[in-house]
Amino acid sequence: MRKLGLKTVEEIKAAIEAAVPGAEVELVPNPSPSGQHSLRLKPDRAVEVARFLRDELLFDYLSNVTGVDWPDKEIAEKVKVTRTVTKMVDGAEQAVEETVEETRKRVEPGCLEAVYHLYSVALKQGPLAIRLRTVNRTDQAELPSLTPIWRSAEFQEREIFDLFGIVFTGHPDLRRLLMWDGFKDHPMRRDYVEPDDFEWEPTAHDGVLARTEAHGNRDQGSGIRDQLAKAGQ
Amino acid sequence: MKIELGKQGVLVTTIEELYNWGRRSSIWPMQFGLACCAIEMIATTMARYDLARFGAEVFRPSPRQADLMIVSGTVTKKMAPQVVRLYNQMAEPKYVIAMGACAISGGPFKQGYNVLKGIDRYIPVDVHIPGCPPRPEALMQAFITLQKKIDGQHLTGEGRPRFLDAEAQGEFPVPVEGEHDLEPTSNKGVWPVPVVIR
Repeated sequence: MRKLGLKTVEEIKAAIEAAVPGAEVELVPNPSPSGQHSLRLKPDRAVEVARFLRDELLFDYLSNVTGVDWPDKEIAEKVKVTRTVTKMVDGAEQAVEETVEETRKRVEPGCLEAVYHLYSVALKQGPLAIRLRTVNRTDQAELPSLTPIWRSAEFQEREIFDLFGIVFTGHPDLRRLLMWDGFKDHPMRRDYVEPDDFEWEPTAHDGVLARTEAHGNRDQGSGIRDQLAKAGQ
Repeated sequence: MKIELGKQGVLVTTIEELYNWGRRSSIWPMQFGLACCAIEMIATTMARYDLARFGAEVFRPSPRQADLMIVSGTVTKKMAPQVVRLYNQMAEPKYVIAMGACAISGGPFKQGYNVLKGIDRYIPVDVHIPGCPPRPEALMQAFITLQKKIDGQHLTGEGRPRFLDAEAQGEFPVPVEGEHDLEPTSNKGVWPVPVVIR
Protein backbone atom coordinates (compact mmCIF):
# COMPACT_ATOMS: atom_id res chain seq x y z
CA MET A 1 0.00 0.00 0.00
CA ARG A 2 1.31 3.35 -1.06
CA LYS A 3 1.92 5.69 1.79
CA LEU A 4 0.33 9.07 1.52
CA GLY A 5 2.94 10.82 3.56
CA LEU A 6 1.65 10.23 7.02
CA LYS A 7 -1.48 8.30 6.19
CA THR A 8 -2.50 5.59 3.79
CA VAL A 9 -5.75 5.84 1.88
CA GLU A 10 -7.29 3.25 4.21
CA GLU A 11 -6.34 5.33 7.22
CA ILE A 12 -7.86 8.41 5.63
CA LYS A 13 -11.01 6.46 4.86
CA ALA A 14 -11.22 5.24 8.44
CA ALA A 15 -10.61 8.75 9.76
CA ILE A 16 -13.38 10.17 7.58
CA GLU A 17 -15.84 7.51 8.63
CA ALA A 18 -15.01 8.06 12.29
CA ALA A 19 -15.40 11.82 12.03
CA VAL A 20 -18.34 12.20 9.67
CA PRO A 21 -21.27 9.93 10.54
CA GLY A 22 -22.94 8.34 7.52
CA ALA A 23 -20.14 9.30 5.16
CA GLU A 24 -20.00 5.86 3.50
CA VAL A 25 -16.64 6.31 1.80
CA GLU A 26 -15.89 3.73 -0.86
CA LEU A 27 -12.30 2.84 -1.73
CA VAL A 28 -11.72 2.66 -5.48
CA PRO A 29 -8.60 0.58 -6.00
CA ASN A 30 -6.12 1.39 -8.73
CA PRO A 31 -4.43 -1.83 -9.88
CA SER A 32 -1.64 -0.09 -11.78
CA PRO A 33 1.91 0.11 -10.33
CA SER A 34 1.31 3.69 -9.22
CA GLY A 35 -1.37 2.38 -6.86
CA GLN A 36 -3.08 5.71 -6.49
CA HIS A 37 -6.30 4.53 -4.92
CA SER A 38 -9.09 7.00 -4.68
CA LEU A 39 -12.07 7.53 -2.42
CA ARG A 40 -15.63 7.76 -3.67
CA LEU A 41 -17.80 9.93 -1.48
CA LYS A 42 -21.54 10.04 -1.09
CA PRO A 43 -22.64 13.32 -2.71
CA ASP A 44 -24.93 14.42 0.14
CA ARG A 45 -22.12 14.22 2.72
CA ALA A 46 -19.35 15.39 0.38
CA VAL A 47 -19.15 18.97 1.65
CA GLU A 48 -18.78 17.82 5.26
CA VAL A 49 -16.15 15.27 4.29
CA ALA A 50 -14.31 17.89 2.26
CA ARG A 51 -14.34 20.30 5.17
CA PHE A 52 -12.94 17.55 7.41
CA LEU A 53 -10.23 16.77 4.87
CA ARG A 54 -9.24 20.40 4.67
CA ASP A 55 -9.43 21.36 8.33
CA GLU A 56 -8.45 18.19 10.18
CA LEU A 57 -6.30 16.25 7.70
CA LEU A 58 -4.85 19.50 6.30
CA PHE A 59 -5.47 18.82 2.61
CA ASP A 60 -5.12 22.50 1.90
CA TYR A 61 -4.39 22.45 -1.81
CA LEU A 62 -6.79 21.38 -4.56
CA SER A 63 -4.71 21.00 -7.68
CA ASN A 64 -7.15 19.69 -10.22
CA VAL A 65 -10.80 18.95 -10.82
CA THR A 66 -11.84 16.94 -13.79
CA GLY A 67 -14.87 15.15 -15.16
CA VAL A 68 -15.45 11.63 -16.39
CA ASP A 69 -18.35 10.39 -18.44
CA TRP A 70 -19.32 6.78 -17.84
CA PRO A 71 -21.80 5.70 -20.48
CA ASP A 72 -24.26 2.83 -19.98
CA LYS A 73 -22.20 -0.33 -19.92
CA GLU A 74 -23.43 -3.77 -20.89
CA ILE A 75 -21.76 -6.41 -18.78
CA ALA A 76 -21.79 -10.02 -19.87
CA GLU A 77 -21.38 -12.47 -17.00
CA LYS A 78 -21.12 -16.21 -17.06
CA VAL A 79 -23.34 -17.73 -14.40
CA LYS A 80 -23.68 -21.39 -13.47
CA VAL A 81 -27.34 -22.36 -13.47
CA THR A 82 -28.79 -25.63 -12.22
CA ARG A 83 -31.96 -26.73 -13.94
CA THR A 84 -34.04 -29.85 -14.33
CA VAL A 85 -34.02 -31.46 -17.73
CA THR A 86 -36.04 -34.43 -18.92
CA LYS A 87 -33.75 -37.00 -20.43
CA MET A 88 -33.96 -40.52 -21.69
CA VAL A 89 -32.05 -42.65 -19.21
CA ASP A 90 -32.02 -46.46 -19.66
CA GLY A 91 -35.05 -46.32 -21.94
CA ALA A 92 -37.20 -44.37 -19.51
CA GLU A 93 -37.79 -40.64 -19.12
CA GLN A 94 -36.29 -39.22 -16.00
CA ALA A 95 -35.83 -35.74 -14.60
CA VAL A 96 -32.13 -35.06 -14.24
CA GLU A 97 -30.49 -32.07 -12.62
CA GLU A 98 -27.92 -30.43 -14.87
CA THR A 99 -25.52 -27.55 -14.38
CA VAL A 100 -25.16 -25.27 -17.38
CA GLU A 101 -23.12 -22.15 -17.90
CA GLU A 102 -25.23 -19.26 -19.03
CA THR A 103 -24.23 -15.84 -20.21
CA ARG A 104 -26.31 -13.14 -18.65
CA LYS A 105 -26.24 -9.56 -19.68
CA ARG A 106 -27.04 -6.62 -17.50
CA VAL A 107 -26.77 -2.93 -18.17
CA GLU A 108 -24.84 -0.88 -15.68
CA PRO A 109 -26.38 2.59 -15.85
CA GLY A 110 -24.05 5.39 -16.82
CA CYS A 111 -23.22 8.37 -14.68
CA LEU A 112 -21.01 11.42 -14.58
CA GLU A 113 -18.12 11.69 -12.23
CA ALA A 114 -16.10 14.58 -10.86
CA VAL A 115 -12.58 13.81 -9.64
CA TYR A 116 -10.77 16.13 -7.21
CA HIS A 117 -7.02 15.87 -6.68
CA LEU A 118 -5.93 17.03 -3.24
CA TYR A 119 -2.52 17.71 -1.76
CA SER A 120 -1.43 18.73 1.65
CA VAL A 121 1.29 21.33 1.43
CA ALA A 122 1.46 21.54 5.21
CA LEU A 123 2.09 17.81 5.70
CA LYS A 124 3.76 17.23 2.32
CA GLN A 125 1.40 14.46 1.37
CA GLY A 126 -0.73 13.62 -1.58
CA PRO A 127 -2.14 13.32 -4.08
CA LEU A 128 -5.44 12.11 -2.76
CA ALA A 129 -8.13 11.65 -5.38
CA ILE A 130 -11.73 11.90 -4.31
CA ARG A 131 -14.58 11.08 -6.65
CA LEU A 132 -18.22 12.10 -6.72
CA ARG A 133 -20.81 10.37 -8.86
CA THR A 134 -24.13 11.62 -10.14
CA VAL A 135 -27.21 9.43 -10.16
CA ASN A 136 -27.46 9.34 -13.94
CA ARG A 137 -26.35 11.24 -17.00
CA THR A 138 -29.53 13.04 -17.93
CA ASP A 139 -31.97 14.50 -15.43
CA GLN A 140 -30.14 13.91 -12.16
CA ALA A 141 -26.66 15.14 -13.00
CA GLU A 142 -26.20 17.16 -9.84
CA LEU A 143 -23.32 17.22 -7.41
CA PRO A 144 -22.52 19.45 -4.47
CA SER A 145 -19.97 22.13 -5.25
CA LEU A 146 -16.74 22.05 -3.29
CA THR A 147 -15.93 25.66 -4.19
CA PRO A 148 -16.93 26.84 -0.69
CA ILE A 149 -14.18 24.55 0.67
CA TRP A 150 -11.46 25.03 -1.94
CA ARG A 151 -11.79 28.30 -3.84
CA SER A 152 -9.62 26.98 -6.66
CA ALA A 153 -12.42 24.65 -7.72
CA GLU A 154 -14.49 27.52 -9.02
CA PHE A 155 -13.33 27.76 -12.63
CA GLN A 156 -12.74 24.04 -12.95
CA GLU A 157 -16.25 23.23 -11.81
CA ARG A 158 -17.52 25.77 -14.31
CA GLU A 159 -15.52 24.02 -17.00
CA ILE A 160 -16.97 20.64 -16.01
CA PHE A 161 -20.45 22.16 -16.05
CA ASP A 162 -19.71 23.48 -19.52
CA LEU A 163 -18.20 20.36 -21.05
CA PHE A 164 -19.91 17.54 -19.13
CA GLY A 165 -23.11 19.12 -17.91
CA ILE A 166 -22.71 18.36 -14.21
CA VAL A 167 -24.70 20.93 -12.24
CA PHE A 168 -22.80 21.90 -9.10
CA THR A 169 -25.27 22.99 -6.45
CA GLY A 170 -23.89 25.66 -4.15
CA HIS A 171 -21.49 27.02 -6.75
CA PRO A 172 -21.36 30.82 -6.45
CA ASP A 173 -21.28 31.58 -10.17
CA LEU A 174 -22.16 28.59 -12.33
CA ARG A 175 -21.96 29.74 -15.93
CA ARG A 176 -20.38 28.23 -19.00
CA LEU A 177 -16.65 28.86 -19.06
CA LEU A 178 -15.45 28.00 -22.58
CA MET A 179 -18.47 27.84 -24.84
CA TRP A 180 -20.96 30.67 -25.25
CA ASP A 181 -24.06 31.00 -23.11
CA GLY A 182 -26.53 30.01 -25.82
CA PHE A 183 -24.70 26.75 -26.49
CA LYS A 184 -26.83 23.72 -25.65
CA ASP A 185 -24.49 20.72 -25.88
CA HIS A 186 -21.79 19.32 -23.62
CA PRO A 187 -18.88 18.57 -25.95
CA MET A 188 -16.87 16.23 -23.74
CA ARG A 189 -19.73 13.80 -23.26
CA ARG A 190 -19.48 10.55 -25.14
CA ASP A 191 -22.82 11.06 -26.84
CA TYR A 192 -21.96 14.54 -28.12
CA VAL A 193 -22.95 14.97 -31.75
CA GLU A 194 -20.60 17.23 -33.66
CA PRO A 195 -22.13 19.79 -35.98
CA ASP A 196 -22.19 18.57 -39.55
CA ASP A 197 -19.55 20.85 -41.05
CA PHE A 198 -17.62 18.25 -42.99
CA GLU A 199 -18.35 19.78 -46.39
CA TRP A 200 -14.69 20.36 -47.23
CA GLU A 201 -12.06 17.92 -46.00
CA PRO A 202 -9.23 17.85 -48.54
CA THR A 203 -7.16 15.19 -46.77
CA ALA A 204 -9.85 13.17 -45.04
CA HIS A 205 -9.18 9.67 -43.76
CA ASP A 206 -10.68 7.20 -41.29
CA GLY A 207 -13.51 8.67 -39.27
CA VAL A 208 -13.32 12.05 -40.92
CA LEU A 209 -13.58 10.45 -44.36
CA ALA A 210 -16.70 8.60 -43.27
CA ARG A 211 -18.22 11.83 -41.97
CA THR A 212 -17.31 13.65 -45.19
CA GLU A 213 -18.90 10.97 -47.34
CA ALA A 214 -21.97 10.95 -45.15
CA HIS A 215 -22.21 14.68 -45.63
CA GLY A 216 -22.46 14.19 -49.40
CA ASN A 217 -22.29 17.01 -51.86
CA ARG A 218 -24.88 19.17 -50.19
CA ASP A 219 -24.50 22.92 -50.76
CA GLN A 220 -21.53 22.47 -52.98
CA GLY A 221 -20.93 24.79 -55.88
CA SER A 222 -23.29 27.45 -54.57
CA GLY A 223 -20.62 30.11 -54.29
CA ILE A 224 -20.44 33.54 -55.84
CA ARG A 225 -18.53 32.32 -58.89
CA ASP A 226 -21.28 29.88 -59.79
CA GLN A 227 -23.91 32.54 -59.28
CA LEU A 228 -22.01 34.92 -61.54
CA ALA A 229 -21.63 32.18 -64.11
CA LYS A 230 -25.39 31.54 -63.97
CA ALA A 231 -26.15 35.25 -64.32
CA GLY A 232 -23.89 35.45 -67.33
CA GLN A 233 -25.72 32.66 -69.13
CA MET B 1 11.15 55.60 -72.65
CA LYS B 2 10.25 55.83 -68.99
CA ILE B 3 13.69 54.65 -67.98
CA GLU B 4 15.33 57.01 -70.45
CA LEU B 5 13.39 59.94 -69.11
CA GLY B 6 14.21 58.82 -65.61
CA LYS B 7 17.90 59.03 -66.46
CA GLN B 8 17.33 62.63 -67.50
CA GLY B 9 15.66 63.39 -64.20
CA VAL B 10 12.10 63.34 -65.47
CA LEU B 11 9.68 61.14 -63.58
CA VAL B 12 6.84 59.71 -65.58
CA THR B 13 4.17 57.55 -64.05
CA THR B 14 0.52 56.70 -64.30
CA ILE B 15 -2.18 57.40 -61.79
CA GLU B 16 -2.57 53.64 -61.35
CA GLU B 17 1.08 53.09 -60.55
CA LEU B 18 1.19 56.02 -58.20
CA TYR B 19 -2.00 54.90 -56.50
CA ASN B 20 -0.83 51.30 -56.10
CA TRP B 21 2.58 52.47 -54.90
CA GLY B 22 0.85 54.46 -52.22
CA ARG B 23 -1.43 51.60 -51.27
CA ARG B 24 1.26 48.98 -51.03
CA SER B 25 3.89 51.05 -49.30
CA SER B 26 2.05 51.88 -46.14
CA ILE B 27 0.03 48.86 -45.13
CA TRP B 28 -0.49 49.24 -41.44
CA PRO B 29 -1.49 46.03 -39.74
CA MET B 30 -3.99 45.82 -36.95
CA GLN B 31 -2.57 45.10 -33.54
CA PHE B 32 -4.22 41.93 -32.42
CA GLY B 33 -3.11 38.35 -32.02
CA LEU B 34 -5.07 35.21 -31.33
CA ALA B 35 -2.57 32.52 -30.35
CA CYS B 36 1.05 31.42 -30.60
CA CYS B 37 1.36 32.70 -34.20
CA ALA B 38 1.02 36.17 -32.69
CA ILE B 39 4.38 35.66 -30.98
CA GLU B 40 5.98 35.12 -34.39
CA MET B 41 4.12 38.14 -35.70
CA ILE B 42 5.53 40.22 -32.84
CA ALA B 43 9.01 38.86 -33.57
CA THR B 44 8.57 39.90 -37.21
CA THR B 45 7.93 43.48 -36.21
CA MET B 46 10.86 43.67 -33.83
CA ALA B 47 14.39 44.76 -34.65
CA ARG B 48 15.71 41.44 -35.94
CA TYR B 49 13.21 41.02 -38.78
CA ASP B 50 11.80 44.56 -38.84
CA LEU B 51 8.61 44.43 -40.87
CA ALA B 52 8.70 48.24 -40.90
CA ARG B 53 11.18 48.00 -43.79
CA PHE B 54 8.27 47.03 -46.02
CA GLY B 55 5.93 49.80 -44.96
CA ALA B 56 4.14 48.06 -42.13
CA GLU B 57 5.27 50.96 -40.08
CA VAL B 58 3.14 50.75 -36.99
CA PHE B 59 0.58 48.35 -35.65
CA ARG B 60 -2.62 50.23 -35.03
CA PRO B 61 -4.71 49.24 -32.04
CA SER B 62 -7.87 50.55 -33.70
CA PRO B 63 -9.48 48.85 -36.71
CA ARG B 64 -10.38 52.30 -38.09
CA GLN B 65 -6.71 53.10 -38.66
CA ALA B 66 -5.56 49.71 -39.90
CA ASP B 67 -5.28 48.43 -43.45
CA LEU B 68 -4.23 44.84 -42.88
CA MET B 69 -5.64 42.21 -40.60
CA ILE B 70 -3.14 39.49 -39.78
CA VAL B 71 -5.27 36.66 -38.41
CA SER B 72 -2.46 35.16 -36.38
CA GLY B 73 -3.58 32.01 -34.65
CA THR B 74 -6.46 29.75 -33.80
CA VAL B 75 -9.86 31.25 -34.44
CA THR B 76 -12.24 29.66 -31.99
CA LYS B 77 -15.93 29.64 -32.75
CA LYS B 78 -16.42 32.00 -29.84
CA MET B 79 -13.88 34.45 -31.29
CA ALA B 80 -14.94 34.28 -34.95
CA PRO B 81 -17.84 36.78 -34.69
CA GLN B 82 -15.50 39.31 -33.09
CA VAL B 83 -12.92 38.82 -35.85
CA VAL B 84 -15.55 39.40 -38.53
CA ARG B 85 -16.86 42.43 -36.66
CA LEU B 86 -13.35 43.91 -36.44
CA TYR B 87 -12.88 43.30 -40.15
CA ASN B 88 -16.14 45.09 -40.86
CA GLN B 89 -14.97 48.04 -38.80
CA MET B 90 -11.78 48.45 -40.81
CA ALA B 91 -11.82 51.16 -43.45
CA GLU B 92 -11.23 50.29 -47.10
CA PRO B 93 -8.81 49.44 -48.63
CA LYS B 94 -8.32 46.47 -46.34
CA TYR B 95 -6.48 43.20 -46.67
CA VAL B 96 -6.29 39.96 -44.73
CA ILE B 97 -3.39 37.60 -44.18
CA ALA B 98 -4.38 34.27 -42.62
CA MET B 99 -1.30 33.24 -40.71
CA GLY B 100 -0.64 29.68 -39.65
CA ALA B 101 -2.31 26.31 -39.96
CA CYS B 102 -5.15 27.20 -37.58
CA ALA B 103 -6.17 30.41 -39.30
CA ILE B 104 -6.19 28.85 -42.77
CA SER B 105 -7.89 25.55 -41.94
CA GLY B 106 -8.29 24.89 -38.23
CA GLY B 107 -4.89 23.21 -38.10
CA PRO B 108 -4.38 20.57 -35.43
CA PHE B 109 -7.71 21.50 -33.86
CA LYS B 110 -9.65 21.04 -37.07
CA GLN B 111 -11.96 18.25 -35.93
CA GLY B 112 -12.51 19.81 -32.53
CA TYR B 113 -15.86 21.14 -31.41
CA ASN B 114 -14.69 24.67 -30.77
CA VAL B 115 -12.37 25.77 -33.59
CA LEU B 116 -13.37 27.40 -36.83
CA LYS B 117 -12.08 25.54 -39.87
CA GLY B 118 -10.37 28.54 -41.40
CA ILE B 119 -11.19 32.24 -41.21
CA ASP B 120 -11.69 32.32 -45.00
CA ARG B 121 -15.14 30.91 -44.33
CA TYR B 122 -16.30 34.36 -43.27
CA ILE B 123 -13.96 37.01 -44.64
CA PRO B 124 -11.99 37.23 -47.90
CA VAL B 125 -8.36 36.27 -47.32
CA ASP B 126 -5.66 37.69 -49.60
CA VAL B 127 -2.70 35.56 -48.55
CA HIS B 128 -2.63 32.24 -46.70
CA ILE B 129 0.54 31.18 -44.87
CA PRO B 130 0.87 27.56 -43.81
CA GLY B 131 3.08 26.63 -40.86
CA CYS B 132 2.71 25.91 -37.20
CA PRO B 133 3.69 28.62 -36.49
CA PRO B 134 5.17 30.14 -39.67
CA ARG B 135 8.59 31.70 -39.21
CA PRO B 136 8.94 35.49 -39.46
CA GLU B 137 10.43 35.02 -42.93
CA ALA B 138 7.19 33.37 -44.00
CA LEU B 139 5.17 36.31 -42.73
CA MET B 140 7.45 38.73 -44.57
CA GLN B 141 7.07 36.60 -47.70
CA ALA B 142 3.31 36.81 -47.32
CA PHE B 143 3.56 40.56 -46.86
CA ILE B 144 5.64 40.94 -50.04
CA THR B 145 3.19 38.67 -51.85
CA LEU B 146 0.38 40.96 -50.77
CA GLN B 147 2.32 43.99 -51.99
CA LYS B 148 2.87 42.31 -55.37
CA LYS B 149 -0.81 41.49 -55.52
CA ILE B 150 -1.71 45.15 -54.88
CA ASP B 151 0.84 46.27 -57.48
CA GLY B 152 -0.74 44.05 -60.11
CA GLN B 153 -4.24 45.34 -59.59
CA HIS B 154 -5.94 47.63 -62.10
CA LEU B 155 -8.17 50.39 -60.88
CA THR B 156 -10.79 49.78 -63.51
CA GLY B 157 -12.20 46.73 -65.20
CA GLU B 158 -12.98 43.23 -64.00
CA GLY B 159 -10.22 42.66 -61.49
CA ARG B 160 -10.40 46.01 -59.74
CA PRO B 161 -10.17 46.10 -55.96
CA ARG B 162 -13.35 45.63 -54.00
CA PHE B 163 -13.55 49.17 -52.69
CA LEU B 164 -13.63 50.58 -56.23
CA ASP B 165 -16.49 48.30 -57.15
CA ALA B 166 -19.75 49.94 -56.14
CA GLU B 167 -21.65 46.66 -56.37
CA ALA B 168 -19.22 44.58 -54.38
CA GLN B 169 -20.04 43.34 -50.94
CA GLY B 170 -18.81 45.87 -48.41
CA GLU B 171 -19.94 44.48 -45.09
CA PHE B 172 -19.69 40.85 -44.20
CA PRO B 173 -22.40 39.23 -42.09
CA VAL B 174 -21.28 38.46 -38.55
CA PRO B 175 -22.05 34.84 -37.61
CA VAL B 176 -24.38 34.28 -34.69
CA GLU B 177 -23.58 31.95 -31.82
CA GLY B 178 -26.19 29.26 -32.24
CA GLU B 179 -27.29 26.36 -30.08
CA HIS B 180 -24.89 23.85 -31.62
CA ASP B 181 -22.59 25.81 -33.91
CA LEU B 182 -22.09 29.19 -35.49
CA GLU B 183 -24.92 30.18 -37.80
CA PRO B 184 -24.32 30.21 -40.68
CA THR B 185 -21.32 27.89 -40.67
CA SER B 186 -19.76 29.80 -43.56
CA ASN B 187 -20.41 32.79 -45.79
CA LYS B 188 -21.11 31.17 -49.13
CA GLY B 189 -20.48 34.43 -50.95
CA VAL B 190 -16.92 34.58 -49.65
CA TRP B 191 -16.20 30.89 -49.43
CA PRO B 192 -17.90 28.83 -52.12
CA VAL B 193 -17.70 25.27 -50.85
CA PRO B 194 -15.03 23.63 -52.97
CA VAL B 195 -16.12 20.62 -54.95
CA VAL B 196 -14.20 17.62 -53.66
CA ILE B 197 -12.41 15.68 -56.38
CA ARG B 198 -11.36 12.18 -55.39
